Amino acid sequence: MSKIKCQCGHENPFGTVLCEACGRPLTEEAEKSQVVDMRYEGSARRSQTYNKSIIDKIWNFFSSVKVGVSIIVAVLVTSAIGTIFPQKLYAPVTSVNATDAEYLAYYEKTYSFFGTLYYKLGFYDMYNSWWFKILIGMLGTSIIIASVDRVVPLYKSLKKQRTKRHVSFMKRQRIFGEGKAADPDESLMKAEAALKEMKYNVKMEDGAILAEKNRFSRWGPYVNHTGLIIFLFGVLLRGIPGFYVDETMWIREGELRNVTGAPGYFLKSKDFKLETYTKEDANAVFGEALDRNGPIVKNFQTDVTLYKEKEGSLPGSEDLEYVKDYSIVVNKPLKFDGYNVFQMDYRLSELKSMTMQLIEKSTDKSFGEFTIELDDPKGTYELDNGAKVELLEYYADYDGIKDGEPVSKSPIPNNPAFIFKMTTPEKPKGEKSFVAIQQTLETEENAYKVKFVSADTRDISGFTIRKDKTLYILLLGGIIFMIGVIMGSYWNHRRIWIQKGADQQLLVAAHTNKNWFSLKKELNAVKDASELPAYMDRQDKESKDERQEGAES
Amino acid sequence: MGLANISATLLEISFIAYLVATAFFGGAVKGAKSEATYRNNKWGTIGISITIIGFLTHVGYFITRWIAGGHAPVSNMFEFTTAFGMMLVGAFILIFFLYRTPSLGLFALPIAILIIAYASMFPKEVTPLIPALQSHWLTIHVITAALGESILAISAVAGLIYLLKNIDMSKKSRQRFWIEFVMFVIMLVIGFVLSSSTFKLAGYEAEFDYIDKNDKPASITYNYPPLFGMNESVAKSPDTMKPWVELPAILNGKTLTTFVWSLFIGSILYVLLRLIVRKRLAEFVQPLAKRANSQLMDEIGYRSVLIGFPVFTLGALIFAMIWAHEAWSRFWGWDPKEVWALITWLFYAAFLHLRLSRGWEGKNSAWLAVIGFIIIMFNLIFVNFILAGLHSYAK
Ligand code: HEM
Repeated sequence: MSKIKCQCGHENPFGTVLCEACGRPLTEEAEKSQVVDMRYEGSARRSQTYNKSIIDKIWNFFSSVKVGVSIIVAVLVTSAIGTIFPQKLYAPVTSVNATDAEYLAYYEKTYSFFGTLYYKLGFYDMYNSWWFKILIGMLGTSIIIASVDRVVPLYKSLKKQRTKRHVSFMKRQRIFGEGKAADPDESLMKAEAALKEMKYNVKMEDGAILAEKNRFSRWGPYVNHTGLIIFLFGVLLRGIPGFYVDETMWIREGELRNVTGAPGYFLKSKDFKLETYTKEDANAVFGEALDRNGPIVKNFQTDVTLYKEKEGSLPGSEDLEYVKDYSIVVNKPLKFDGYNVFQMDYRLSELKSMTMQLIEKSTDKSFGEFTIELDDPKGTYELDNGAKVELLEYYADYDGIKDGEPVSKSPIPNNPAFIFKMTTPEKPKGEKSFVAIQQTLETEENAYKVKFVSADTRDISGFTIRKDKTLYILLLGGIIFMIGVIMGSYWNHRRIWIQKGADQQLLVAAHTNKNWFSLKKELNAVKDASELPAYMDRQDKESKDERQEGAES
Repeated sequence: MGLANISATLLEISFIAYLVATAFFGGAVKGAKSEATYRNNKWGTIGISITIIGFLTHVGYFITRWIAGGHAPVSNMFEFTTAFGMMLVGAFILIFFLYRTPSLGLFALPIAILIIAYASMFPKEVTPLIPALQSHWLTIHVITAALGESILAISAVAGLIYLLKNIDMSKKSRQRFWIEFVMFVIMLVIGFVLSSSTFKLAGYEAEFDYIDKNDKPASITYNYPPLFGMNESVAKSPDTMKPWVELPAILNGKTLTTFVWSLFIGSILYVLLRLIVRKRLAEFVQPLAKRANSQLMDEIGYRSVLIGFPVFTLGALIFAMIWAHEAWSRFWGWDPKEVWALITWLFYAAFLHLRLSRGWEGKNSAWLAVIGFIIIMFNLIFVNFILAGLHSYAK
């Protein structure tokens, strides 16, 4: 496309609205307007210039702020809907690998019709849904295209701006004033000094002043958008295997286990501790709270030792090397080799072993005690006087009798039950007995009985293991975003133009991208210091009225 | 007298100081003819001085409570809300020195007063920290987030003034309806404070056993005569009122009871006031906003979003993510409170972008600022009580 040559001689790219150099309006529309749109200096933006090919159309779609805001609002509204009922992640569905039907049943039962609807529409797991991901993708696309569309022409145009602007440009600024000055040259000199005092970058040329400050703040939005894109990119990377590990593991006191998700590393749990605040040792001011709420947990922690497989050893050989001891506490994860192990959960007092004794029912005479390790129950326990107890069956989590057979719900010893065969010299053939907690079943009346003596328990710690190589990318994105918003929000780009007109006239115009109040304050100071003509803010009608009122009163 | 008591006394002093300062700002606005003449008037100067004294005692409350409890006092509903009120006043003081407009004080301080009164309805005891909260990030994250929210809230105050001044109250319109609705909501908050403190003074309590939504037995204490019962509830205290209806397990009868009582008392208050002043309440307070300069209010509304947005991002998102990663092993979990922080952030991002396109200044922008404040309050109140997830410390 052809370039547009302005009357001042500058060649502008096709699509320019205000001449990059002198600011003269180049389109009819700009010519007619009272106050020109200064947002991108009237520069030639691709999206405002081309609209033919399909690429142009897509470009224009995504570069529109209206579209961008619509996408933001769409994310906002759907996210809000996603908080009405708990997300899948937080739904208290018991089994670990719950099926879709179980989830549906949960939402249906708990929230009836709306729950079902919520499930069916996919809101119950919306943040992982394809449509939410597409929305975020569109947000990212829009940010990139809208930024590129604006930043390049804006940069060029700010670079090419000339000190002396055309009168038609000055007159179309929101802040503009003109009037006769006693000595225009003297005024210009004084204005230059005053502006420099206020840390403006002042250029004086050909009877005209351009004072500018904080141009860098114009790049704020583009910097912050870059940060956002880096952040979104980091999030995208988590889909790639190896960048991201997220596992959980349970470990019992005394147990040594491979760290789930971290091959070659082993953890041994030495001790799990749970402390609550007590009125005796807590700070006295907590007394009232403890009375009202009951006990409050103070700390839970697991003391562990970390081991590593020795270099060169065969996998699985358990030839281990000590790495370190650590106490994993909430808020203080164990860190090694990019992994973090978090204290997330605990279960207290899981049964570890049970001690029993064999007695003769009629006399209560004991043949001695034996201990069943629930992890690894032995077959036969030899007792005094030639008696022995054989463990025929073990049900870790006894759940009643189904079809004539006792059944176990899970391998976790929540409710252990046993079938014993008791043999003594008097009964060499042995007697069978079914023993569960608080319950003994016998097929025939037995002479002997296995009686519960005591149990040992241990605690279990629940850990989450994470490795996340993307965290630094996310953090970088966050930092760049912050730098960008701060640049763009706490500073603003201000320009003041002053120039001589025909016969003793002085023209003043000013522009800022935001915070007009402060700009006017500075302009007032310059005006007072150098006898500039009065100016008008074309958007503030009230102040003028008020000044008149103020003068009257 | 222990530190905790000194702390409570300091808070009371601030409360009174804000009340007195409001009166002086009222005098400043009333005594002047316009923005141009009231800017440096004597009443305004006294008003801001008393505000600063109140703010300092408020900070004193904060520090003494911090020392007494051994952790930053931002760990339960009372503490957080009180701190939010403090920062709101702080943000107002900052903006006042940038723009010197007493009108802002006349509206910002009553809102801060309401917020503190609201906070005082919650249990005030110092609570020890549960393990997840034992982190420096609690202090850093919550204080920064609250600071950001309070600066954003100033934009709503400026917006409210703008709307009160510029909406034509003599003609029926949607805007006139909604601004009156805002007044009504303010009456509801007062209704809550009045009813809650009345029943508290009377020492009312009713205890119930019920079955929660996960089919577990639980118990709950009502501080209001129960209108709505919990799921399968059984009264434990003798001679309490019998609830009208029992709610299904997913709804909280206690919360709804509190809400309906507040609605009831607030509505009576609203009707009474309307009968007394014989005007819409928005029209009644309109003269207080008349002196404000619209352009300036618009500018303050925008500027405070610009100042508050980066602070909010840092506190409510970035620090929050860092801490969530330390405490819960993931930086983001789509917990309702987290999602609502994101929604707030997206909302203000939309606000900023809408201002970039012309046409979203003045009234539109003022409405957006008011809506933003509603979202912040929603996150503080509604999300804590209704959508309670990991963050809920409303119990
Ligand atoms: C959550 C996502 C976004 C955030 C947090 C964000 C943040 C920002 C911020 C803080 C500004 C500066 C505003 C001001 O100074 O008043 C800005 C400007 C801007 N944003 Fe975004 N933005 C987001 C998404 C988008 C999208 C989707 C678009 C697409 C149209 C977009 C286009 C722009 C434009 C055109 C500017 C103005 C640039 C200028 O004035 O030179 N932004 N953005």
